[in-house]
Amino acid sequence: MTVWTAIGVTAAGCYLVKLLGLSVPAAALERPVVRRLAALLPVALLAALTALQTVDDGGTPVLDARAAGVGAAVAALVLRAPFLVVVAVAVAVTAGGRAVGG
Amino acid sequence: MTDEAIENDQSREPTGQERARTVRDAFGVGCAVGLSGFAFGVTAVANGLSVPQTCALSLLVFTGASQFALVGALAGGGNPFTAAAGAFFLGVRNCFYGLRLSTLLRLPGRVRPLAAHWVIDETAVVALAQPGRRLARLGFAVTGLTLYLGWNLTTLLGALGAGSLGDPGAWGLDAAGPAVFLALLAPMLRTGTERATAALAVVLALGCLPLLPSGVPVLVAALAAPLVLAVPAGRPAAGEAAR
Repeated sequence: MTVWTAIGVTAAGCYLVKLLGLSVPAAALERPVVRRLAALLPVALLAALTALQTVDDGGTPVLDARAAGVGAAVAALVLRAPFLVVVAVAVAVTAGGRAVGG
Repeated sequence: MTDEAIENDQSREPTGQERARTVRDAFGVGCAVGLSGFAFGVTAVANGLSVPQTCALSLLVFTGASQFALVGALAGGGNPFTAAAGAFFLGVRNCFYGLRLSTLLRLPGRVRPLAAHWVIDETAVVALAQPGRRLARLGFAVTGLTLYLGWNLTTLLGALGAGSLGDPGAWGLDAAGPAVFLALLAPMLRTGTERATAALAVVLALGCLPLLPSGVPVLVAALAAPLVLAVPAGRPAAGEAAR
């Protein structure tokens, strides 16, 4: 029941913020500050999520095979690899690192 | 002739080649992220959720980072509302994607409640990268559909297969999430302002990681955007002068 409550609250909340963003009148974006903030926030959030999900191990930062995998993804991006290849490289290098290093 | 003239006047009709390129990009992003739904399905079940609960998350929440955050928080024995709050705050960024998409796509009122469910990182990134409204709408729709089908199908497969797969970490599936975020982020890092924001966000997130509960560091990191904007115009001006 606890889990279903959390699922219900999350689903409702996440849907409502999506709808809110899409429904706010265009005039709200006319101000340059709002426009620049709206463009920069995803950059901040994605960068933070990338870093956290690369090193977070239950609240403590660790550098392991996963970090090597994400490092390989950076290299793939620099080489202009397509999206699917970038993700595949990260997964493969991480799995390879764990198979070798444990 | 008149029809064509009107079309061109409103918004240039994209060529077949342009449409094909948009569909290919959108389909590629949709497939790649759809595949990481497998990682989500495995992770959720490995963390003690049932298969219906796992699938309900992908069907109804449909924003990967929030789903991963919720599963992690519930596995940690968190209160359902605290867990939901962390997931919700991660989902707040979709509001800002929606803000940008609303002016770009100009969706009619009755389509909006349906389209809203698909307003996520990937659909926003693909739509925003398109030249013109028609291609943006096409990119949004193809990415959204591919991703929704792929994400839910692979979530189901991952949830069902979790038992026989063993440790998802051994397959490197925990690297799929950050790699997806990174691939979405990379094309956004065009100027010094974006790079400074990203760097500051990383520092804030990692600095807060050991100190704050799960889900909160990413919210602190979001402050990087207003902080960089608040820095006096010296930085961009210096960039201009260098050019």
